[in-house]
Amino acid sequence: MAATLTMFLTFLVAGVFFLASMASVSILQYFEGKPQITVFFTAKAGKTEAEALDATLRTTGKVSATQFISKEEALTFYREQNKNDPLLLEMVTADILPASLEISASDPKYLSDIVQIVSGSEGVDEVVYQQDVVRSLLAWTNAIRLVGGILALLLAVDSLLIIGTVIAMKVALKRDEIEILTLVGASPFTIRAPFIFEGGLYGFSGAGIASLILIGCIVWIRSYLFSFLSAIPSLRVLLESATSTAFLLSSGIFFAGNILLGFCLGAFGSSIALRRYLR
Amino acid sequence: MIRFTSVSKYYPGDIPGIVDITAEITDGEFVFLIGPSGSGKTTLLRLLIRDLVPSEGELLVDEWNIDSMSSKSAYLLRRTVGIVFQDFKLLSDRTVFENVALVPEIMGKSEHEAQKAVMNVLELVDLAQKRNLFPQQLSQGEMQRTSIARAIVGGPKILLADEPTGNLDPATSLSIIKILHEIHTLGTTVIMATHNADIVNRLKKRTLTIEHGRLVRDEMKGKYHVPLKSEKKHPKKE
Repeated sequence: MAATLTMFLTFLVAGVFFLASMASVSILQYFEGKPQITVFFTAKAGKTEAEALDATLRTTGKVSATQFISKEEALTFYREQNKNDPLLLEMVTADILPASLEISASDPKYLSDIVQIVSGSEGVDEVVYQQDVVRSLLAWTNAIRLVGGILALLLAVDSLLIIGTVIAMKVALKRDEIEILTLVGASPFTIRAPFIFEGGLYGFSGAGIASLILIGCIVWIRSYLFSFLSAIPSLRVLLESATSTAFLLSSGIFFAGNILLGFCLGAFGSSIALRRYLR
Repeated sequence: MIRFTSVSKYYPGDIPGIVDITAEITDGEFVFLIGPSGSGKTTLLRLLIRDLVPSEGELLVDEWNIDSMSSKSAYLLRRTVGIVFQDFKLLSDRTVFENVALVPEIMGKSEHEAQKAVMNVLELVDLAQKRNLFPQQLSQGEMQRTSIARAIVGGPKILLADEPTGNLDPATSLSIIKILHEIHTLGTTVIMATHNADIVNRLKKRTLTIEHGRLVRDEMKGKYHVPLKSEKKHPKKE
C-alpha cells in the first residue's frame, strides 16, 4: 500500500509538471513561429496605409517578410477560432475588426528599429511586439521544467527507497523458502523474478492510477482549458473534444508511457533491494 | 566422481572447518561420513554443493571445480546433487506432492512429466497415499521421506544426507536407511553424514572418519570408532 501510494504521488506530481511543461512548450513554439511584430491599423485605415508602410519598411532592408490581413480575412479567421461559441460570433462584422500587417525581421536585432518606424506611421493603432511574450513564456517554461524535474526526482528516489524496504521485508519473511529453493537448484532468476515483478506491479499500479486521475481531470476541465488555449493550433486540436482521435491517442500514449515507466521504476527499486539483501 | 585434493576450509577468525582432506569417491559408492558433532561433516557436505568454497586445495564434483566455478552457476551443480537435511527443510504451506514437485518445476519440466516423476518417487518412499497432506500432518519419519523424495525426484547422480536420522527414533531411522540403500542400488552415489554408530556398524559400508576437521580414517568396510578421551575435550563448532 505504502509503495503503491508513493508511486502514485510521484507520477501524479511528475504528470502535472510534464503536462504543464508540454503545454507551455506548445504555446512557446506557437509564439516563436508567429511574426515578430503585428501592426494593427485604425478602423478607417486599410490597404493603402498598409502598402505605404510596407514600402517604407522594405527600403530599410531590415524586414524579411510582411503579410497584410484585411478586415474580411480577420473576420474569417475570428469565425474559425470561435466556431464553437456562437455568442462570440453574434454582432461581429468585418467593420469592427482591424486590418493588420504582420512583420518578420531579417534579424532579431532590428526589431526595436522596426517598432520605432511603425509606431509613428499613419493609420497605426497598436503595435504588438511578440518578443516580450516569447521571453516570458521561455522563463515560465524553464521554471516549470526545473521545479517539476527536481520534485519528480525527489519523489522518485523516495519511491525507490520505500519499494526497496517493502521488498527487503518480503525477502526476510520468505527467507526459509528462498534457502530451500537455492539448495534444490533454483536459478537466481527464478528466485529473484517474483520479487522484481512485485516491485514492478507497485510502480505499474501507482502510475496507472495517477495517469487515470490526471486524464480524468483534463477531461473535466477540458472546456475551460479550450477557452483560453484554443488560439494555439496544436492545443486546439487536442482539446476540441474528449472523444477526438487526437485526445484519445494522446491520452493512450500518456497512460501507456506512465505505466511502463512505473513498472520499470518499481522493478529497479526491487532489484536494488535484492542486490543488497539476497546473496 | 568426487575428488578432494588437500582441501581445507577455514571460517572467519581462522577457525578450521576441515583441514587438508584428500579422498576420492567413485560413482555409485555408498559412503558414511562419521565423526562427533562439530568434526566437519556438514562443512564437507556444504562444500560439495558449493554452499561454501574451499580455502585451500581443489575439489572436483564430476565436471565441476568447486573453487573456480562461478556462484551464479552453482544452481546447475545443485540440480545434479540431491541433499537431505536433519531438519527436513520442507515448505509448510505446500503439500507433500507440491514439496516434491518443486524440483521438476524449477527444472522446467512439463506438468505431465513432473507429475509422473513425483508419483514415482513417492511410491518409492511409500508416501503416495499421503501426497495431499501438509508437513504438519506427517510424522517425523514421513517428513524425512518427503525430503528424500524431493532430493531424488530430479534424478541426481549424487545424494548427500546430513544426519538424516538425527531427529528420528531407531526404528524410523532404520526405515530411512533402507530407503537410502535402495536409492543407492539404483546407481546413485550416496554420502551420508552421521554419528549413529549402530547404522554404520550394521551396514559395513565405506567410512570416512573426520575428527577435528581432519580425515583420520578411510575404511572400505568401516565401523564407528569411539574417539579417544583426550579428543573429546576439544569439540569445535562448524
